[in-house]
Amino acid sequence: MLTCKQFLAELSDFLDESLGAEERKKLEDHINACPNCWVIADTTRKTVQFYKCHEPVSIPSDLRSRLMKALERKMASKRV
Amino acid sequence: MAQARQGDAEAFTELTERYQRNIFRLAQNITQNREDAEDVLQETFLKAYQHLPEFEGHSKFYTWIVRIAVNESLMKLRKRKWDKTVWLDEPVTVGEDTVAREIAVWEDNPEQRYSQEELREILDKAVNGLAPPYRTVFALRDMEGLSTEETAEALDLSIPAVKSRLLRARLQLRDKLTAFFKKKVEDPFAYL
Repeated sequence: MLTCKQFLAELSDFLDESLGAEERKKLEDHINACPNCWVIADTTRKTVQFYKCHEPVSIPSDLRSRLMKALERKMASKRV
Repeated sequence: MAQARQGDAEAFTELTERYQRNIFRLAQNITQNREDAEDVLQETFLKAYQHLPEFEGHSKFYTWIVRIAVNESLMKLRKRKWDKTVWLDEPVTVGEDTVAREIAVWEDNPEQRYSQEELREILDKAVNGLAPPYRTVFALRDMEGLSTEETAEALDLSIPAVKSRLLRARLQLRDKLTAFFKKKVEDPFAYL
């Protein structure tokens, strides 16, 4: 049985589903027996999901227009 | 992408339109400075256009411009007297901060208690509170969707270093968000 510290060290790979079947089973056995680690895994997974779903805001129109103008100048200078 | 590489300006403009929001967010996350992030945004796309013939297509275009943006952002940090080597070469250890502080179940759908704007503010504030080594790795992996290997390459870090920093970042963010999203325990004296 893994200790909580060993479980936490593998938590990211567990959440990213990048562990082999045997290793994953060890971690699953641990959270099934350890409510604290279950809570940590569950809330960390939700944390990551929040940020993954967090779309970037549109950039301000003046900034966008400066970027596009700079790009146009660059493109024009390359064509010459 | 193939059209852009052949010098099709319209195709490159389209790629710029598609990725500018992500690059600006990433630059803000790394530099923590609005003015620097604006410069990084512009420099990234200008450099990408200039060096487009050198893009070999082994990686995704997005990963390639993210690497340019990371380099530009780190240069900005260096100019602000942040020595890149100080934090990029930091030893990799699993320290005490990987031990989560608060263990509390979250409410179901806690985001529903907040408006989109409030939620964005909570998430931004939490991520901005991370130290730069953790914030940068987290931004690349969990916000911009790069793989561990791509993140390691972009930051010139080893894979164990990326993994260690990502774990710390995730646990620290979890702690910060728990303060907002934990299930409220009913007042035990409510009946009085």
